[in-house]
This record gives sequence, structure tokens and C-alpha cells, in this order.
Amino acid sequence: MTAPEGPEALVRRGTVITAIALLGVAGVYVLAWGYTPIEARQGVAQKIFYLHVPSAWSALVAFSLVGIVSALYLWLNDPRLDRFAAASAEVGLAFSAVMLTTGPIWAKPIWGTWWTWDARLTLTLFLFFLFIGYLALRAALQDPGERARFSAVIGILGLLLVPFIHLSVYLFRTLHPQPVVLKPSRPSLPPEMLRTLLISGAVFLVLYVGLVTIRYGLAAAEEAGERGDAA
Amino acid sequence: MPEWLRLALVIAGKDLRAELRSRTAILSAVVFAALVLVVFNFARDPTALAAVDLAPSVLWVTFALAAMLALNRAFTIERENAALDGLLLAPVPREALFAGKLLANLAFVGTVEAVTLPLFVLFFNVDLGAALPGIIGVTALATVGFVTVGTIFSAMAVRTRFAELMLPVLLLPFMVPPLIGAVQVTARLLAGRPLSEMLGWLRLLALYDLVFVILCALVFTAVVDE
Repeated sequence: MTAPEGPEALVRRGTVITAIALLGVAGVYVLAWGYTPIEARQGVAQKIFYLHVPSAWSALVAFSLVGIVSALYLWLNDPRLDRFAAASAEVGLAFSAVMLTTGPIWAKPIWGTWWTWDARLTLTLFLFFLFIGYLALRAALQDPGERARFSAVIGILGLLLVPFIHLSVYLFRTLHPQPVVLKPSRPSLPPEMLRTLLISGAVFLVLYVGLVTIRYGLAAAEEAGERGDAA
Repeated sequence: MPEWLRLALVIAGKDLRAELRSRTAILSAVVFAALVLVVFNFARDPTALAAVDLAPSVLWVTFALAAMLALNRAFTIERENAALDGLLLAPVPREALFAGKLLANLAFVGTVEAVTLPLFVLFFNVDLGAALPGIIGVTALATVGFVTVGTIFSAMAVRTRFAELMLPVLLLPFMVPPLIGAVQVTARLLAGRPLSEMLGWLRLLALYDLVFVILCALVFTAVVDE
């Protein structure tokens, strides 16, 4: 990002990375059907796991980076940080939309309900709303400096809001499957499933990088266009 | 009295004086809260659900909606005639300015809540009894939290094209933790449960207040200064 590249080159590079990642997603699904065993109790419904969990991870990475980069922006005042935060929020919103649609599709046959007010579901739903608000605020502001400062404030406050929402909804008993990878003891997945999941996680991170690069390049091009009009 | 507090009280006093002279916003907010209570009464099935089971949520949804209306007003009055520019030119630290606006909003929202609570008792036939001091306490605790965040958001929302719409969209996710906590504590207070069952929620509310009061005071300068 520090290289003095033109926006067009960034968009091109982002498109290449995204294309590679999408091929990777196709590859993950070949693995999911051909390589991983069928889960004993959930049957084929469990296959959505290789899409749902990695998009949740990527959404979480995206939203955490928005918060951290927002704090850095208020400190350093570098417009590139603001551009990155906006790109990351948009891509994070797309990933959480994937998470929030694949979740109910899985939940209907397994839990017998599309939606439940479980702690984790509620938290991600509010994250989703929070970042819709973030992007709506950006769209409603004209002045680039003001837009950058205001959205940085929302980004920071949002990052601090997450633990509070989590704590307050956690007291309702949780129905969501407990972590199977990131937990103190060893992962409780068969090795084929675990490998496929980790590959999928990596693929989704590449997808995140690709999409953010495109959005970043487009934002840079837009800003250059605005400056060109003013001159 | 520390200098920042004196300045904050001067700013809050200015807001409250302006409000007391016109009284339009406070009256509208109170009438609005009363109307929400009336609507709630017709939105429930009295044979299916006892009033006391529904009471905590009715009370807090009413408080939240009325507070939202009141917060919209806080910086709208500063935008007219560019009054905010005048305030910013005055030699006032930004933290004191934020504290002043926060105190005025708290007084405003607190007044609306103080009028709404007796109406709520009247309309829903709830016996507060010994729960009254507890309810006042938890109301104060929760209100400080969301009014703090609301103050900073209303300063941002007035700069946008759809301020009245932007504020709820931004603020409601932030209202969730204080509202959940307040509803839980209110329900336990009305049911006469022991304090130990509420302590976790009260700690959460207090922590929320502490974190967001400090954070909002720190980032307020990014909202008003270019």
C-alpha cells in the first residue's frame, strides 16, 4: 500500500487476487464434497460450515481492522488509513451478509428454526447493523475530512461496543455450536474437516485482501477524480 | 470547583435556559412518551400477558424512544445561526464543552423520564412500592451510558442530510447493552428479587458508563474540530 502505484494498478491487482481467491473457494467446495467425511448427525447440511465459519472469521478480521485503523487515523491523520477503514468495513459487511445468510440455511434443518436470539447470533447481527450505520454515515457526509473523522469515531466506539454486547447477550444461554478450533484444548474435528476448514479460512482471507484492494483502489480513484474536478 | 466543571455548568445552564424559555422540545418529548405508553397499552393482549410481565420492556422502550427524540435536539439548536462556531471560538476546553452538552442532555432526558415514570405507574397499574429507589438508581445508571454516546452521535448526525434518521441508526446498536441491563434489573426489582441477582448487570452498566464517558470525552475533539 505504500508503493506509489496508481489506483488503476491497485484495482487490477485486487481483481487478480480476488479471482485467485474465488478459484480457491471453488477448490474448497471440491474438497468439502470429495475429501471430508459426511458428519454423522448433521449429514450434508454440515458442508455449509466451510463457507459459514471462514466468512465469519474474515468479517471479524475486517471489523477489528476498521476499529484499529480508525484509532490510528485520529492519531496520524493519514487519508490512506481512512480509505482502508472504509474499504474494510464494506468488505466486512459483505462477509457478514454471507455469514448471516448461510447461518439460517444451516439452522433450519439442524436447530429447527431460522433464527434464535443466541448470544453469538445477536452479536454478529448488531455488528452488521453497526457497520451499516458506519457506511450510511459516510454516505451522508460531503466533506472528506469530516467524513474521515466521524467514521473514525464510530469505528473506535464500535470496537469497544463489541465486548459489551457480547457480555450482555451472553447471559442468555447460548445455543450456537461451541468453538471447535480456537479453544484451549485440541481441535475436536476429524483431520480432513479441520484441514479443509483451515484452507477455506486462508482462501477467505485472500478474498478479503483482494476485495479490499479493489475497494481501496476505487476510493483512491474517486478522490483523485474529486480533486481533478475542483482544480 | 474545577475550572472545566464550572465551564461545563455554564454551557449546560445556557442550554437549559434556552429550553425553559421556549419549552417546545421538553413538552413535545413528554407528550411523545405519554403517547408511546398509550400505544403500548393497545398493542398488548391483556388476557394473555399480565401488565407486570410486560412492564419493564414497555418502560425502557418508552425511555429509549423519548431519549432519542431529546438527543436530536441537542446539536440542532447549535447548528441554527452557526451557534456551534461561537462556542468553539470561546476559550473552552473541548472536554468541558462535551461535559456541558452531556449534562444538559442528562437533565433533559432525566426530566422526560421523571414525568414518564408516574404515567407508566398510572397506565399500567404497576405497584412500584419498595422498588422505587432501585428503579431510580438503575435508570440513572443506564441513562448516563446511552446519553453519553448519544451526545457525541447527535453532534455528528446534525452535520448529515438526514439527521433525524441518522441518529437512531447509529445509536440503537449502542443502546442495546444498557437497555438489556436496565430491563433485566427492572424486572428483578419489580419481582422483589435480592440484590445479588442484579449485581452482574449493575456492574456491566457501571462499566459501560465509565468506558464510554472517558472515551467520548477524548474523541469529542475529533467531532467538532477540523
